[in-house]
This record gives sequence, C-alpha cells and structure tokens, in this order.
Amino acid sequence: MKKRKLKQIIGFSLLRISVSIAIFALFSILYFIVVRGAGVINLEFFTSMPREGMTEGGILPAILGTFYLAIGAILFALPLSVFAAIYLSEYARQGRLIRVIRLGVNNLAGVPSVVFGLFGLAVFVKFFGFGVSIISGALTLGILILPTIIRASEEALLAVPRSFREASLALGATKWQTIRRAVLPSATPGILTGAILGVGRAAGETAPILFTAATFFITRLPSSIFDEVQALPYHIYALMTEGTHPDLQVPIAYGTALILISLVLLINLVAITIRYRIRKEKRW
Amino acid sequence: MTKEIFIKRFFLFFALLSIFFLAGIVFVLFKEGISLFTRVNIIDFLFGKSWYPTHTPAEFGILPLILGSLLVTAGALVVAVPLGIGSAIYVSEIAKPGIRDVIKPLLEILAGVPSVVYGFFGMVIFAPFIQNLFNLPTGLTAFTASVILGIMALPTIASIAEDAISSVPVSFKEASLSLGATKWETIVRVIVPSAMSGISTAIILGMGRAIGETMTVLMVAGGSAIIPHTFFQPVRAMTATIAAEMGETVVGSMHYQSLFAIAIVLFMLTLTFNIIADFISQKFKKKMTGGL
Repeated sequence: MKKRKLKQIIGFSLLRISVSIAIFALFSILYFIVVRGAGVINLEFFTSMPREGMTEGGILPAILGTFYLAIGAILFALPLSVFAAIYLSEYARQGRLIRVIRLGVNNLAGVPSVVFGLFGLAVFVKFFGFGVSIISGALTLGILILPTIIRASEEALLAVPRSFREASLALGATKWQTIRRAVLPSATPGILTGAILGVGRAAGETAPILFTAATFFITRLPSSIFDEVQALPYHIYALMTEGTHPDLQVPIAYGTALILISLVLLINLVAITIRYRIRKEKRW
Repeated sequence: MTKEIFIKRFFLFFALLSIFFLAGIVFVLFKEGISLFTRVNIIDFLFGKSWYPTHTPAEFGILPLILGSLLVTAGALVVAVPLGIGSAIYVSEIAKPGIRDVIKPLLEILAGVPSVVYGFFGMVIFAPFIQNLFNLPTGLTAFTASVILGIMALPTIASIAEDAISSVPVSFKEASLSLGATKWETIVRVIVPSAMSGISTAIILGMGRAIGETMTVLMVAGGSAIIPHTFFQPVRAMTATIAAEMGETVVGSMHYQSLFAIAIVLFMLTLTFNIIADFISQKFKKKMTGGL
C-alpha cells in the first residue's frame, strides 16, 4: 500500500515538474525581453525612423508595416473564413464532401510557414506582378490564417443552439434569413475571437513575409499597398543577422522584441478573455 | 427557392477555397521546382551528401538538410512529448480549478509567442548559456534548436492531448477508482490508454509543427549544411535553407528551382503527418461514438 502511495507521489511530482518547466520557459523569455528591452524604449523609439544604418533611432516603419500587413491579412481572410464556416456548420451534411473540405482545412493549417512564403513569392510577387509589397505579404498571411479563423468561426456557429434555428424556421423564415438574423448575431463574439487570434498570428509571422513583403531598411514610410515595408518580426531577424554593428543592433532588437511580444500577447489576451467569458456566461 | 440554392452554392464556393489554396500550393511548388529534375537526378538530390548550390559546378544534395531537419525534430520531440503530455495530464486530472484557470491561459500564451521571438531568445540568451555549459566552440547547435523547438511544440501537444484526456468518460475513471486503484494507477492504466489515439494525434501534429518551423531553426541551429554526427554541432534544416537562400537566388535559376524542390519534400512530409493525424483522430471518433 505504501509503495503504491509513493508511486503516486513521484508520478504527481513529475507532472508538476512538466508544467513548471513550461511556465518557467515562458517567464524566462518574458523576463529577459522585458528587462533588457524596457531600457531601449521611449517615445522616440515608437515615433521616429531608424538612423545611422539601423544602429540608432526608432522603429516606426516596422510598427506601421506590421499594422498594415496584419490588417490587410484579416480583411482578406475574415470574409472568406466566415463564408466557409457558414457552409460547414449550416449547409454541409455528413459525407465525403465535408470530409474532404475538413481535410483541406486541416492540411492547410499544417503547411510550414516558409512554404506559404514561396507560394506568395511565385503567385503574388511574380505571377500577379505585385512585387515585394504590402499587398503580396497581406494576401500570403491571409491564406496562412484562414484555417485558424475557419475553425473558430465554425465552433462559434455550432455553439448556437439548434432551437434558435428551429424557432426561426418555424416562424416561416427561410434558411438564409435564419442564418442572417438568428444564427450569425449569436455567433459574432466567437467569430470575433477567431479574427483577433488571426490578427495576432499574422502580426507575429516572419517566414511568409521574408520574400513577399519585408525589407530591412526603408528611408520613407510606405505610401501605397505596392510598396515594400519593414515589419516587427522581420526587423528582429534582420537586426540579428544583417548590418555591421551587432553591439548597437542587439539592444534595438530587444526593444523591438518587447514591442512585438507585448502586441501579440495583448491581442491574444483580448481573444482569450472574450472566449472564456463566452464559455462561462452564455447559458442559452 | 432558387435564391436559396444560389446562397448555398455561394457558401460552398468559399468552403472549397481551402482545398483550392492547398492545391495551388502543390501546383506552384511543382511548377517552380520540378524542372530541377531535368538536370539533377532525383536520387542524387535526395541522397546527395553535398549542398553547394552556388559553387561551380553546383551540387544539390539535400541529405544533410533532411538529416538536419529530422535531428532537430527528434530532439524537439524528446523535450515536447513528455512535458506536453505531462502538462496535459496535470491540467485535466490533478490541477484544482483555480490553478487550471491560470495554467491553461499561460500555455496558450506560450503558444502565441512569435517564432522569431523564440529564435531571438535562443540566439542571445540560450545559445551562450549552452556554449558555456558544455564548453562548445559555438552555442548554435542542433541541441540548442531542439530545446527551443521543443518548448514551442509543447503547447500544441499539451492542448490536443488535454482535449483527448478530458474526453475520456468519467465512468472509466470511477470504475477504476472504485476497484481500489490509486489516482496515479487510474491515470497510467486507464485514462492514458483510453486517450491514446488523441495523444498520438497530438504528438504527430507537434512533430509537424517542429519540422515546419522556420525562424527558430534558422536563427538558432547554426546553419552548417553538413551531415550531423552529434547533437552538439551546427546543423541546417530544410526550412532554414529555403528562408536563408531564397533572397539571394535569381528567379528561374537552378538554385531557385532547388529551393522549391526542397519545399516539395517538406510539404510531402508535413502532409503525410497531417493525414496520419487525421486518420487516427477519425478512427478514434468512430470508436468512441460506436462503442459507448
């Protein structure tokens, strides 16, 4: 009996250690980036252009670039994803077609991010002739985040009780009226959560924009969607691998990393909070 | 009535877009990459030991890159599988509700950290630490990349495994406990075996995540395109090769084609993982709904 109890104590300790390592990893990443990045950040860091070959000045173009790319990606991906999710949850019947569609969504989610970059390079940059630009990067990122938003939207639609649909149909509404007036409004917060998570993902991705949108150095802010941009994630990478003054570039990379991680975590936190609230409060 | 049919078709069109994009990716990779094989034998490509795409004569053997990818992925799994599954069991079986409500969001945050930030952390903090610890000429090694990749894949594995574990019927647990088994015995002999297919799916998807990860291996693994002999030497993965070299290539050159050809190999690998994962979870769904 004692031996079995001892086994349990050891087993539980191992499980606790697993979780502790994961949490420790998270906090050590946050700790170093916050402590070393905070010293670099001031108002000028947000609002001024880089100077002296990236060794001084701020990161305004990278902040704006990431904003343009993430917003562009979500504008493209959100309508497509919601329409796809409506089909999957409202129209599709169990069968081969829906199996194939779902397999497509799952596999698209598993495609390595750098492969999306190659796709964007061949299709948007070259074939459509958009060049290395905001539009090429935003479309590439948009395709990358499709599965995330489709899944979240589908989950949100499926969570709307059947009785809502039945009540609406029983009152004589058509299927489309039912979806538009009874189902979609109730699913909106969930769909929004998915969209926010998608924005966070798009803002943090580097590999898809390497050859489609990002550049290390621009002297003026982009003026159209066909201009190339700096972006926060790419900026970190470039500061660490290019340039001639690593000693001056690494502190800027810390500052950039702190801004990127704060941005992404804030976005995720908003999404997670909305989701927990929906799950806790909504009792139809 | 025709309007309703039109609306249904409208939505179907968008539902099919994912498949369309997936097919588009396959098409583009083959279109840009396949002509390499008119000049390089596919066997020499896959099993050639030297990757010198810019030398004259150029050599396009990607075996070192494949092995680099496999090595860091295997290393990442050694880290991520026990820790991820351990975390999943802890969260779903042991943690009190209050603690669970803290840990689950923290794991989601870990999953949300951008890969370039992991790479950056690896370069400036973890690699120097490893270099000093093992007294190595460089801290940018397969081992370093494995550990960082493992931490990245951990939340993926934990979240899917946790879904599987918490969907094990309570009656299984109650039956085991009422027979006098301890909580730990119930976890090891009843809960984990019942959730095994979900856990396998989690591992395979974590593997896909690790092998497809780009920025971390690009920044942390060191980047030597030689066949690795130990964990403590620099390696270059397939993803990192594409990311590092595409910028320097001339569109349509053999080097350009060879990078797309690498992407074909990479895509096939991740596609296989995903299909296996899908197959297992589908089978699992049938078993659970059919048997209970």
